[in-house]
Amino acid sequence: MTAATFTDTRGRTPVVRSRGHGANVLRRLLRNPVAMIAATIILLLVLMAIFAPWLMPADPYATSMLKRLKPIGTEGLPLGSDELGRDLLSRLMLGGRLSLFMGIAPVVMAFIIGGGIGILAGYAGGWLNTAIMRCIDVLYAFPSVLLAIALSGALGAGITNALVSLTVVFIPQIARIAESVTTQVRRSDYVDAARASGASSLLIIRKHVLGNVIGPIFVYATSLISVSMILASGLSFLGLGVKPPQPEWGLMLNTLRTAIYTQPWVAALPGLMIFITSVSFNMLADGLRSAMEVKQ
Amino acid sequence: MKPTHSARDPRDLGGPRQPLLSVRELKKHFPLKKTGLGLRGPRLAVRAVDGISFDILKGETLGVVGESGCGKSTTARLLMQLTPQDSGELVFDGLSLGSPGLSLRDYRRQTQMVFQDSYSSLNPRMTVEDSIAFGPTVHGVSQREALSRAHDLLARVGLEPARFAGRYPHELSGGQRQRVNIARALALEPRLIILDESVSALDKSVEAQVLNLLQDLKQAFGLTYVFISHDLNVVRYMSDRVLVMYLGEVVEVASADALFEQPLHPYTAALLRSMPTTDPLRRTEQAPLSGDPPNPIDPPSGCRFHTRCPDAQAICRMRAPVFGEAMPGRSVACLKYQPGSGYAASTIALKEVTHA
Amino acid sequence: MIGYLLRRLGYALPIMLGVSFLCFMLVYLAPGDPLVSILPADASAELQKQMMQLYGFDRPLIEQFVRWLWRALQGDLGHSIATSRPVVDEVFKAVGNTLMIAVLATLIGFTLGALFGFVAGYFRNSWGDRLASFVSVIGVSLPNYWLGMVLVIVFSAQLMWLPATGAGPGGSGSWTWDWEHVQYLILPALTMSFIPMGIVARTVRALVADILSQEFVVGLRARGLGEWGVFKHVVKNCAPTALAVMGLQLGYLLGGSILIETVFSWPGTGFLLNQAIFQRDLPLLQGTILVLALFFVALNLLVDVLQTIFDPRIERG
Repeated sequence: MTAATFTDTRGRTPVVRSRGHGANVLRRLLRNPVAMIAATIILLLVLMAIFAPWLMPADPYATSMLKRLKPIGTEGLPLGSDELGRDLLSRLMLGGRLSLFMGIAPVVMAFIIGGGIGILAGYAGGWLNTAIMRCIDVLYAFPSVLLAIALSGALGAGITNALVSLTVVFIPQIARIAESVTTQVRRSDYVDAARASGASSLLIIRKHVLGNVIGPIFVYATSLISVSMILASGLSFLGLGVKPPQPEWGLMLNTLRTAIYTQPWVAALPGLMIFITSVSFNMLADGLRSAMEVKQ
Repeated sequence: MKPTHSARDPRDLGGPRQPLLSVRELKKHFPLKKTGLGLRGPRLAVRAVDGISFDILKGETLGVVGESGCGKSTTARLLMQLTPQDSGELVFDGLSLGSPGLSLRDYRRQTQMVFQDSYSSLNPRMTVEDSIAFGPTVHGVSQREALSRAHDLLARVGLEPARFAGRYPHELSGGQRQRVNIARALALEPRLIILDESVSALDKSVEAQVLNLLQDLKQAFGLTYVFISHDLNVVRYMSDRVLVMYLGEVVEVASADALFEQPLHPYTAALLRSMPTTDPLRRTEQAPLSGDPPNPIDPPSGCRFHTRCPDAQAICRMRAPVFGEAMPGRSVACLKYQPGSGYAASTIALKEVTHA
Repeated sequence: MIGYLLRRLGYALPIMLGVSFLCFMLVYLAPGDPLVSILPADASAELQKQMMQLYGFDRPLIEQFVRWLWRALQGDLGHSIATSRPVVDEVFKAVGNTLMIAVLATLIGFTLGALFGFVAGYFRNSWGDRLASFVSVIGVSLPNYWLGMVLVIVFSAQLMWLPATGAGPGGSGSWTWDWEHVQYLILPALTMSFIPMGIVARTVRALVADILSQEFVVGLRARGLGEWGVFKHVVKNCAPTALAVMGLQLGYLLGGSILIETVFSWPGTGFLLNQAIFQRDLPLLQGTILVLALFFVALNLLVDVLQTIFDPRIERG
């Protein structure tokens, strides 16, 4: 472990300061080529989605009976066109917005809610822990696809409903991890030492627990983004998420299903986008995990 | 931080004759998890600490010994109030803990603990100086003041502040970390420090250095120690008085010299026989303690040691000894030394003759 | 052992109750009056009144739940709004079809996954290991509905080796185990097998690597035990966990088959769910989800119990 990076004078005497944990993780992550490739792809996808309205070569909503289902490489239609003659490249670019949003947002919300629930249960222990975790176990008892579809199916189609269902799917998964990590930290000697110094529970959670549990919970949450991408697009694929004519990769895949005999490779493109995104998030999460797990 | 031992500590309430901490009938049972649907009748519990009483005198080092599982560590956690007791009370310098005169917060300011595992007792995400400074900031010391106190203490425990203050625990050796833990305990300017196997995990050479450091600090700051260890040699070196525990009970308390020279309780004697020694003349023919201690869930009737005691008689199985003074300055819980207990005294004499 | 079984059951029962309650609540999650949502749009006033009494929507929620649960326990999950057939009949017919592809997919996925995992765990950090790790990442990152489409494009649309969708001539009612029907099973099962394959490969790799690094194996080697003997030890030691993972995966596949079944128009539970959702057939939705979720919980229980029986090393608290 390399120590000694800079000095400061926060106390009375100048002190040699070591690099913090976060900086170390980042350095290891930057040295992992696979993770960096994945991160670059994700960055490009995000930039593409953000700047889609300015980058798109054509209007993604403009239909044309004449230009229906053109193959990849047609003049003016670099990635072909869909069943209504809309430019597929433009639709894929703009579709990235909703697809990425619907993949990431539920994990972020579940990270906040589930993480909070898990930390509370883990730090409280006792009957409160049991009560919370039994409720979480009930949600966890459903296979995630089934739960997402059950909730979305009952709530009805729509972006908000899909987001809610997916958030509920990920809350128990994140809460379980948060609970077990927090329980471990709560039982550690350094939390006992902090209690022995007379600190209040709130202060201990803020100063000693959070810093040690956020990392692992965050890594776990990042590994869920890949699943969330697939599930969110899956809901749209079933007609439970985004409604037409909004471009979204899962929904595009569904509407293009009829074209597998006429333009098979055009039909497969939206799925390829989902796949690339999902693999990239998976690789990045793997890299992040191994960067955090290094024995010190 | 100035040395306090010569001048009288202004926090001293009852004077030197009053015990710093009096432990009264302290009891802690850990209930076992219910099995299945709870059809098993009465709930079982591990009787980790089963009604112990003793005093910790001002300025002394009280050693605590016993086999693993005898309740030493639970006692430490009870003294530090990390585990709430089922019953019993702690009286600190004449004030009962929890009474209006002494809140838990005040008590924790004056009592600190150093844990066995030097690594897990430091927050891995905090620098050494932040770990040490945390306690004082809890009690209202400014961040700046607390950090400068942390640097002074680092220097005091032999770690150069400029080199070590900004480091993380994983960048230190075990001995260095334990010095940091000691500095953290000192940061609140406590009067009592509980050392729970604090040097047991260290290499022998490092252990000796840390022990000497502890002796120095005790002198310099006028501290009182509770020194818990399974290593009898170390306890003898460190302690003024020694307390022996067996299955959640105190069986003997005596000055270190007296205890090691002439153990009264058969358990103490057996423990001492199991001490490794290089002196061939001190080797004993009699077997040291055999087997494991009985199950603390269901301790033996009568005297808890009777199942392994070489001197046990029939009465020991039925009658629990009372912990009391057997000779001046020496207390023991054994029917042998309890007049009128029904223990046939002649047998002791006979036995003592046989292996004299 | 008996104590453990009782404890495990004592834990599973409240979970099952909770799962049932959640399924019961699905009808209330749906926007609008629950009565309206379980009735066909053109229901007569008389039918409305009848249903109101039958379901007891005017009663407290808990009482409704108890009544609903009591009927469910007797095998009455209500009637489908679309077909007015008993939900139970519909669900169990579909479960059979889903089980066919799920079991086949589990077997394929387990075999291939175990193979990849063994190679990867045996030859750590070789190219074989990297390939296997890559395959397992792909396995869990693939949107399986898309994989299904791609397989259809390749094997049905382009090569024309296998049929694309459906359950064979004569529809779902006339299944027989001959090539004419079985060929319809291949693509859905293959698609589905990617999920357990990735997870089994990961698990087996970790298990094999762990066992090989343990001292007793090093000791066996040092005492001159041949590679074959070591291999047998490894298999014996990682089989219980790997099989447990396989069992759990079967449960996931049963619950997660909806997307794949939609792609292949396979007449299983997924197809049924799809139908229920789009016809707003809430009793059917509720019943299907309840059966699948309870099946999953029960399977978990079974796997746990079997694992404890066959692998006494696992000490459970």
